Amino acid sequence: MPLQPAITDLEQLKNHPAVAKLMAWNPAAVEGAKFDRDEMSIYLERSCIRDACVLLREDADCPFNYLADVTCVDWFPSEPRFEVVYHLLSISRKERVRLKVRLEGSSPALDSVTAVWPAANYFEREVFDLFGVRFSGHPYLRRLLMPEDWEGHPLRKDYPVEGYR
Amino acid sequence: MILNMGPHHPSTHGVLRLILEIDGENIVRIMPDIGYLHTGIEKTCEAKFYQQVVPLTDRIDYLCPLTNNLCYVLAVEKLLGLEIPPKAQWMRVMLNELTRINSHLVWLGTHALDIGAMTVFLYCFREREDILRLFEMVSGQRMMTSYFRIGGLALEPPLGFFERVQDFAKRFPSKVDEYENLLTGNPIWGMRTKGVARITAEDAILLGASGPTLRGSGVDFDLRRDIPYSGYENFKFKVPVSQDGDVFARYMCRVQEMRESIAMVQQAVDGMPEGPIKAVAPKVILPDREMMKTQMEALIYHFKIITEGFAVPAGEVYQAVESPRGEMGYYVVSDGTAKPYRIHMRSACLANLQALPSMCEGRLLADVVAAIGSIDIVLGEIDR
Repeated sequence: MPLQPAITDLEQLKNHPAVAKLMAWNPAAVEGAKFDRDEMSIYLERSCIRDACVLLREDADCPFNYLADVTCVDWFPSEPRFEVVYHLLSISRKERVRLKVRLEGSSPALDSVTAVWPAANYFEREVFDLFGVRFSGHPYLRRLLMPEDWEGHPLRKDYPVEGYR
Repeated sequence: MILNMGPHHPSTHGVLRLILEIDGENIVRIMPDIGYLHTGIEKTCEAKFYQQVVPLTDRIDYLCPLTNNLCYVLAVEKLLGLEIPPKAQWMRVMLNELTRINSHLVWLGTHALDIGAMTVFLYCFREREDILRLFEMVSGQRMMTSYFRIGGLALEPPLGFFERVQDFAKRFPSKVDEYENLLTGNPIWGMRTKGVARITAEDAILLGASGPTLRGSGVDFDLRRDIPYSGYENFKFKVPVSQDGDVFARYMCRVQEMRESIAMVQQAVDGMPEGPIKAVAPKVILPDREMMKTQMEALIYHFKIITEGFAVPAGEVYQAVESPRGEMGYYVVSDGTAKPYRIHMRSACLANLQALPSMCEGRLLADVVAAIGSIDIVLGEIDR
């Protein structure tokens, strides 16, 4: 199957349950959307992430009730540098959606979704550990994989593969 | 009292450290401490060509290397838009189900050993050896198989392979009966597992649990059936679900899964399609040796793929498969070059481990051992 070009026009994507729900709630929260390789990504405004997650989880028709994953991508040196990526799954509708929040490079921070899904606890700690993104409202934001006294955040692109020697 | 369990404790299946706050024999609080096995695989992947990442995926979860291989190659194939021939898809399903049995056998043996049933371990490893021999036959390796390649399989299965698989598939159901005879009706096993380490369906979903940990709590969700990949829609199988949410429920789920898996292996052998094992994409897939020696084009492509890799169109993909432990996901981001920009592995165990405190708090210290075994953790996958 040859690749189809990605659809980024919000008008065309309005029928997707998650996009429709978020647009009806707060059009300013949705910065953009992308439908590529059968996967839906929605770019959200940074301050809306927690409320948007509650909204999507509580949706009556298509509840995205399962948080599969939280991770981050570092687009160093371009700005906004970080993209925090949430993968949600609707167990009843068997549908996935990806939420993305863009963050600037200097002291990146956003709201934690641990209050919405306790599952986010380790995922967010891992992102904090490896990328240095802070999650406000997280109950225990400490390093998860690296030692407590480690310097730097290894998965950042300006961190050398061999580490600092 | 604060008690350290691990990192070197026989029942932690690797190097998991649990900080236990106990009041007599009762657990007040559990704090898992992980990271002892962190090797930075995600960072390493960013410095490799796409095809060089396959062997790294073996080493994440060393009990189900083929499942990890599959998840990664599916993600990259989705990025490339490759169509995989049916024979390769069926081989992938067959080997994945054998891997599931392999992993469940190690789980059952060690879990029973933790709780005190020594014999089961020996029985399980007997059959596991047969499966490892099958893996060795097809890929040349017992554990770090790396048999799936982007675009298909590494090699044609050798002569006599399907007969060996067939032979194993015939024998195996009676072996599962043997394990069940030892455990399922055993009153000691029942006392150690029934009603122990309960978790409700709502909690399991909120905590991100997946696989048998989720299905043991009554949530009927299996990626193989509900979001099929790699031709799973062609197979008939039941998804075992238990309602109790305790250690015994998770045990029953996995034992039933072994029976379903071996039936799927049988289906795969019976219906194995003929045809090529690689997709048609000369710039991505290495040519056969024979072609390389006779055709200039093939030789050039071979040289190019080995020295420069192949460019993958920019984009991102999240591919999840049902590993023996739950939802194993690969998030692959490409920037259009020959090396992955970012690879993230969604580990089923990491999420399942988060459910451990809510399973154990308020219960007895001895139940922690049963609970750890019942979520089937592999620390290599958690720490990556």
